[in-house]
Order: sequence, then structure tokens, then C-alpha cells
Amino acid sequence: MTISPISLAFKNCKKEKRPALITFTVAGDNTKKNSLEILNSVAKYADILELSFLHNCPIADGGQIQNSTYRSLSNGTTLKDTFLIAKKFKNKNPKKPLILMGYYNLIYQSGENNFLKNCKLSKVDGLIVVDLPWPENKKFAKKCKKKSINFVQLLSPTTSKERLKKIIKDSHDMIYYISMLSTTGGKLKVPPKKILENYSKIKKIDKNKNCVIGFGITNKSIKSFKNSDGVVVGSEICKEITRSLNNRQNPVTNVNKIVARLKNKIL
Amino acid sequence: MKIKKNIPLIDQHDKFGFWGGKFGGNFIPETLKKPVEDLEILFKKLRKNKKFIKERDYYFKNWVGSPTSFTKLENLTKQLGGAEIWAKVVSEANGGAHKIYNATVHCLIAKRAGKKYIVGDTGAGYAGKMLSMAAKKFGLKCKIFMGVKDIKRQKPNCDAMKKNGAEIVPVYTGSQTLVDAVSECMRYWVSNCDTTHMCVGSTVGPNIFVKICGWSTSQISRELLVQIKKEFGRIPKKIKLLNCVGGGSSSFGFWNEFMHYNKKQVEFIGIEAGGPKKSKRHAAPLTYGSKIGILHGAAQYVNQDFEGQIEETESISAGLDYPGVSPIHCFLKDTKRARYTAATDEEALSAYKLVTKYENLNPSLEPSHAFAEAIKLAPQLSKNTVIIVNSCGDAHKDRDILKQRLGKF
Repeated sequence: MTISPISLAFKNCKKEKRPALITFTVAGDNTKKNSLEILNSVAKYADILELSFLHNCPIADGGQIQNSTYRSLSNGTTLKDTFLIAKKFKNKNPKKPLILMGYYNLIYQSGENNFLKNCKLSKVDGLIVVDLPWPENKKFAKKCKKKSINFVQLLSPTTSKERLKKIIKDSHDMIYYISMLSTTGGKLKVPPKKILENYSKIKKIDKNKNCVIGFGITNKSIKSFKNSDGVVVGSEICKEITRSLNNRQNPVTNVNKIVARLKNKIL
Repeated sequence: MKIKKNIPLIDQHDKFGFWGGKFGGNFIPETLKKPVEDLEILFKKLRKNKKFIKERDYYFKNWVGSPTSFTKLENLTKQLGGAEIWAKVVSEANGGAHKIYNATVHCLIAKRAGKKYIVGDTGAGYAGKMLSMAAKKFGLKCKIFMGVKDIKRQKPNCDAMKKNGAEIVPVYTGSQTLVDAVSECMRYWVSNCDTTHMCVGSTVGPNIFVKICGWSTSQISRELLVQIKKEFGRIPKKIKLLNCVGGGSSSFGFWNEFMHYNKKQVEFIGIEAGGPKKSKRHAAPLTYGSKIGILHGAAQYVNQDFEGQIEETESISAGLDYPGVSPIHCFLKDTKRARYTAATDEEALSAYKLVTKYENLNPSLEPSHAFAEAIKLAPQLSKNTVIIVNSCGDAHKDRDILKQRLGKF
């Protein structure tokens, strides 16, 4: 069996003895063109890229990402546009894993099979669905696997040990640990030590699973997670786009700069 | 899809929380799985706990003021001709609306769960006002999430919340109404679920919140059943229970005890908000055939575009101004146990005018939607038909809108 681009990315990072850097941006933020340019430019530093497909009633997004989503929706970005951005990115960076992230209603309205077909056509490597937890996601995750699309299971500090075991057993090449009780982009309200303790519990269940840590990861905190399999940075990037626009600067170059800086901290 | 007999409707869901296999469920982030499950376990236990039931009934009787009255609207009946029109005056309940039942039960549960904080959403401000009252009564710290547009149009209720010591968190996102308030409240709960209990203000949200709310508001039909038997000596041959439907908490509570009656004998009619006459926007997903989608953790009929973005709604009544509707009502619609229709802003206003002209009753804009349908129906029906309208809220909160639209309050 061939190794998935996502697994390969983690393997390469392990060789370099560093965590994978995963960026998160919102499709079409601040424009469709810039959104693609940001993906293309940060691909130099990021090992895996997450791109969110938009939903206007997000129940787990913090302020920064909500702003980005709102900006993009007001510019008229559709799901079709999101797939197009993904496709263009993958055509240019065929080996770089791209994961789409979003809420289930958009998949539900497309129809699961149709949605996955579009993922395949745009060469998307994985999916994160915020509001489709385990075990409700079992069927859909299986469908994804059949199409060689990674379904990324989420774990949180509230996930019981029994549940952890079951979810990890059903997971694919990557799992995502939500560092704290928060929406995205909240301040890190738990000491990194505590987060890493929980992280070790997950790794103890299956050390071969690639587990990334997300929520509250900033320029300041990223260093603390140097020994993990991967870190996700999202709100920090969305914030930079907002800041750039407010200062009439180019968001593409500014985002590139902060991602380069983040990468440096984990080398 | 069929309703089962002898099992409460709130329990007729599958193991994933779906009514009729497709409405409801738990579309929630992983972080909320545990708190939701804890709440499910606790509620299951408390429902069977005699002491808890006794406590609930004590507060319903001595603090909420049960039973609320059931009265014939003699003048309106005479004026319209046809069916008898009655009202269940739920707005007599402490605080002025049915939201007090759900708020009281949630606070009692929060106490049992050992939580010190409680948060809730509100549209018309009644859910918020009642939660702030109950929180104060039971010694909980309270935060209410409310859209900025609603804060402006429902000022009297906001004043009441502040007076009760609750903090109102204004929500600036989206359409700045109930839908955004619920989203923001859920986001807050995601971040604070270890210390905080969440009260969803209607029969919406993840499965357990639909159940708790429905269980609480059912007090209305428990009272009504007794009152009807007392007034008529039996359940009359033709009754129509009319209730406005936004999220659907008052209507579910108004109907629950009559669920197993044949619909030819006890018909349920839900009236949604049709919005302004000239506007395409509405808050009536059941009436206008909206598609099933996921909103606030549950699958339901919801106003949305082809892609799945939730559409903005428009209604004069903040309490009905919600793009989705309870999964339980979707189930009642598809099983044909209830039927749904809509009244426009204008129809609700004229109904308000007519009712207040002939009766000593002051229904808020939400039940005025139901009265609009009663006024339409009554003349077409025989004299032995009994229409009962749930007058579930008091118009005090609407005084600014009524003054502006009708020139008087």
C-alpha cells in the first residue's frame, strides 16, 4: 500500500526531528486570489495546510476566524470557489498535503458522496469536520477512507480515556488534539506542560499515530510543543491578515513572514 | 415515520438522538461531547427522582404560579361567530411568559450538577429575563447572550435582566438576532463547560436540550388537560390547539399531553412567523418547505441557501425570528400529527388590535400570530368546535414596536 502524503509529511518531519507545522487559513480570505497566493507562499514552510470551507453559523470558531469567514463570505466565496482554490494549489504543489476543514451542513447539503467526489477532483488529502464527532462520524469516515481521504478525528481535554481509545482505534493517519476548552484562537489558558501531559496520554495509547496540537498556538507558545508530532496555527494567521488590511499592507507577504518566523521557532 | 403510543415524544429518538431517524441528533464539537453526556445522565436520573419532581412542582406552584388560567374569550367569540375561542393565559406565569418553566428546571439541574454559573441565549428577551430571574432565585451567576438588534427592540426585557443582576453579552455577528445569540452562547459554553451550565432557550439545540425544554414546558398541557375536563366535563369532540412556533417550546408544551388523542378530535396547529407581507424573508421553515439542514447541533428544517449557509430571517416578533425550528416539530410535521401555517407581521398586528379591543388580554406579538389564525378559522367552523390559543407571552416587552406600528400601546 502506498503511503499517504499526510503520513509522508510526518515521516519527513521526524527525520528532521521537529514537529510538523500545519497552517490554517480561511478559503477566499481576504480575496480568492490572495487566499491561493497565501497557500502557495506558505507551502514553503508549512508541512500540511488546512483550508476552511465557509459556514456562516460556526459554533466553535473564535473571533479571529469568524472575522476571516465573514470577510470571505461578504466577498462572495462559495464552496465551488473553495474547491477551485484547493485544486489550483494542488496542481502547483502536488506533494503538499491539503486538508479541508469545516462544518457538516455544507457536506450534508452537497451530499456526502458528491462532496467527496469534489474533494477527489481537487486532490484534497484530508477532511476535518468540526461538528461531526465520533461515533456519529464512523460511517462518513469509512467513506473517506475508501476514497483515500484522511478523516481527521478530534480529541479534547474532555474526552474520556475509554473514548480516547475507541476514537484513536478508528482514526486514520492524523489525529488532532484540541489543547484546551476554548473556541479557536483563545488565549492559551492552560500551561503547555499540562497540554503535553494529555498529549502523552494519547501517544501512549498508540505511539504510531500522528497527533497534532491545535488551539492557542502562537509565536510565543509554539516553542513549548517542539517535541510533539505537529502544531496547528490558525487564528494567528487570520489575525495577521486582518492587521495587514487595517494597515493597508499586503497580507500575502505579511503572512509569509509570520509563518517563516513560526517555522524557525520549531527547527 | 410514526408516533409511538405510551412513550413520551421527547423519548422517541434513536440512540444517536434522532426523531424519525433524521431530526435532531448531536452535531457538536468533541469538547462538548462529555458535558452533553453528563447532562444526559443527570437528567435521566432526575426525571425519575421523586424529590426532584417534588421540588420542581413546588417552585412551579409557589413561584411560577401554576396553574395559569384558562378562559373563554366571550366577546371575541361573539364578534367572529362560529367556533368558541378560548385562551390558556400562560403569560400570567411569573415573568410574563412560558420561558419560566425551562429556566426554572435548568437552574434546578445546574444546582444538582454543582455548577455556579449559567448562560443562556435569548431573542425576544423572555428566555433571558426568566433565566436571570431563576438564576437570582437559585443563587447562580448568569450571563445572557442577545443579538444587538434584539437588544434595541426588546428593551423592557433587557432592563429586567439587568435588574436581576445578569450580564447581557451583546452579539454583533451575522444578523444580530437570536440565531447569532445561540451560536455565541454555544461558543461560550465550549470554552467554559467545566464550570458553567448552558440553558438553551427553546426546544432546539443538541438532543438533550430539546428534551429538557420539552419536559419543562409540558407543564402547560398538564394544567390544560385538567382545566378542559373541569370546564367541559370531558374532552370535547373537536378541539384545535393553536400556538405560535419559533423554536417551538411553548407549542410543544401546549400539545404534549394531548399527543395520543386522535387528530380529528384534538388538532394541533402551529403558526410560524411569515415576516412582513411584502418581504421574501420569513421565519417559517415548516410552512414554506425549507430543506433539512444542521443548525446549532441538530438536524431540522431550516432556511438556508443551496450551499448550506443559513439565511437571514425577518419578523416583527423577535421570539419567532429564528431560521430553524425544533426537531420535534419537524417530526410532528412529517408524521402529520400537527399542521403548520404562517401569519404575516401585518396579520399579527391586526390580531393584536382585535384581541385587545374585545378582551381583557394583552398578548405579545408572538401569540398574536396564533390569534391571527384563530380569527381566520373561527368563522368557518361550527359552534361546537373549541379553539384554544396559547397566549404564551405578555405584550409589555413589545410596547415600543406597538407604539410605532399602531400608534398606541
